[in-house]
Amino acid sequence: MENWRENQEIIVMEGRIKVPYTWAAGEVGTRYLETLRDQRKFMGTRCPRCEIVYHPPRRNCPDCFEECEDWVELGSQGELQSYTVVRRHHPQLSPLPLPFAYGIIKLDGADTGFLHILSDFQEGELAVGSRVEAVFAEEREGNIRDVLFFRPVKGVD
Amino acid sequence: MAKKRVAVTGVGMTKQRSSRPDVTGIELINEAVRAALDDAGITRKDVDAIVIGNMDHFEGINYVDTWSVDGNGALMKPIMKVCTGGTTGTTVAMAAYYHVASGLFDKVLAIAWEKNSESDTTGAIITAFDPFWDRPCFAGAVAGLALEATQYMAETGATEEDAAYVAVRDRKHALLNPYAHLHINLTIEMVMESPYLSWPVKMGDMCPRTDGACALIFASEDVVDEFPHRPAWILAVADRHLWAYTSDPYVNQKMVGGTWFPAMEKATEEIYSKVGITDPLNQFDLAELYLPYSFAGLRYMESLGFCDRGGGPELVRSGATDLGGKCPVNPSGGVLSSNAIGATGLLRVAECALQLQGRAGERQVPNARLALATGFGGCFWSDELILGVDKPEKPRG
Ligand SMILES: [Zn+2]
Repeated sequence: MENWRENQEIIVMEGRIKVPYTWAAGEVGTRYLETLRDQRKFMGTRCPRCEIVYHPPRRNCPDCFEECEDWVELGSQGELQSYTVVRRHHPQLSPLPLPFAYGIIKLDGADTGFLHILSDFQEGELAVGSRVEAVFAEEREGNIRDVLFFRPVKGVD
Repeated sequence: MAKKRVAVTGVGMTKQRSSRPDVTGIELINEAVRAALDDAGITRKDVDAIVIGNMDHFEGINYVDTWSVDGNGALMKPIMKVCTGGTTGTTVAMAAYYHVASGLFDKVLAIAWEKNSESDTTGAIITAFDPFWDRPCFAGAVAGLALEATQYMAETGATEEDAAYVAVRDRKHALLNPYAHLHINLTIEMVMESPYLSWPVKMGDMCPRTDGACALIFASEDVVDEFPHRPAWILAVADRHLWAYTSDPYVNQKMVGGTWFPAMEKATEEIYSKVGITDPLNQFDLAELYLPYSFAGLRYMESLGFCDRGGGPELVRSGATDLGGKCPVNPSGGVLSSNAIGATGLLRVAECALQLQGRAGERQVPNARLALATGFGGCFWSDELILGVDKPEKPRG
């Protein structure tokens, strides 16, 4: 019995949990995504007390805890606040083939940055503070990927 | 307000390894628990309550508290699970501290563990992100950290080589810790030449994925004399949480008054004022910081007040944070050498306790009397604990 391990690999069982979910966007999220899909416009919400304009929109300000009922139309260009150029592809999770970058983008008119994808850039073209613009999908379905990606604004410096 | 002063009186851990197929999660937990009980000279019967933590989605098992009852010692005892992401291990420590400090329990067992080998960490971690605004674009932990690194370099002029110093320092310390997972004598060149995962973060900058468990005994001032080792007192704890979306913790600073790393800076302000820390570099004898990647070892020093903003690289390059320096950081080898994610925060507290008890072997900091432990994660949350040799004059909170 004491030698049984010598010829025995540890048994490893493979598994996969695949559970369907249905996540509701809620009224605020739906209004945003509908506007993005149908009008190709970004919208934010403004806190009535501290006046921060949130993008993506938030129903309430996390600090003041007031309802953010004012909607504000934002630009489809903005400033790149940070980025990372992805060098490893993950077959299930990478949103685009390499090369692409993740960026935090503060749209014109918003006070908060949000996460999206960057593509169509040259090496060395991205920098913190760069101007970037949204490229929309032709077929839009009402999710944040209705924006295919952001890219550097061409011819502006 | 705390009613009782609380100390760590027993420490147990498994060796941190890339994969432990020889044990199930329950059995891995049991290794650390039995080590902690033996170290404290008590048995399962002496434990009043248990706090346990890990990240459910890394093993795909919920109800870890009940599932692991064979191994965790909680049969017919009070137990609760806490899970706060990367901070889980430090939150377990804080929850155990709260149990005892409240005066309701005298001896509490804190357990934290992870078997990262059992899932795709990058795939599983995506469940921590918002399904509408982050998940459709984003994946994994590396890129989120890389976004922070890019911003840090742009604001301060810090370089990738500065970060490599941190990666090399922690791996050198790990060579002295037989419990650490990675034992690699890295050089700056090796880090700089390692492949980019997500620019500017390279393989050499990142923590590994680890299987491991850690368990600590927290005891009330009324019973500390029953234990064989001298108490490592918890002097104070503090934590701050900030995160809705990936962009919030370090870019959307306007939301929380424009500070540099709001969660860490506010927690630091609170805990330093409780203990009377005004000059952390000179007052602390060591710090065990949850640095998930090398750049954190620059930026966090600034948010923890060890130097001014932008001063991280100079501080680290000066050697002040090496073993033998003014305030060694991560004598255990840190997270960059072992990262069983749920256990990682508790391992920081464990190392502080061992150092204060003079039981840290080859990596012992001479005459260590005051130590800082931090937890990071969950995401960009900050847990902080200060431990000391001297019994506090009163319970602090
Ligand atoms: Zn507000």
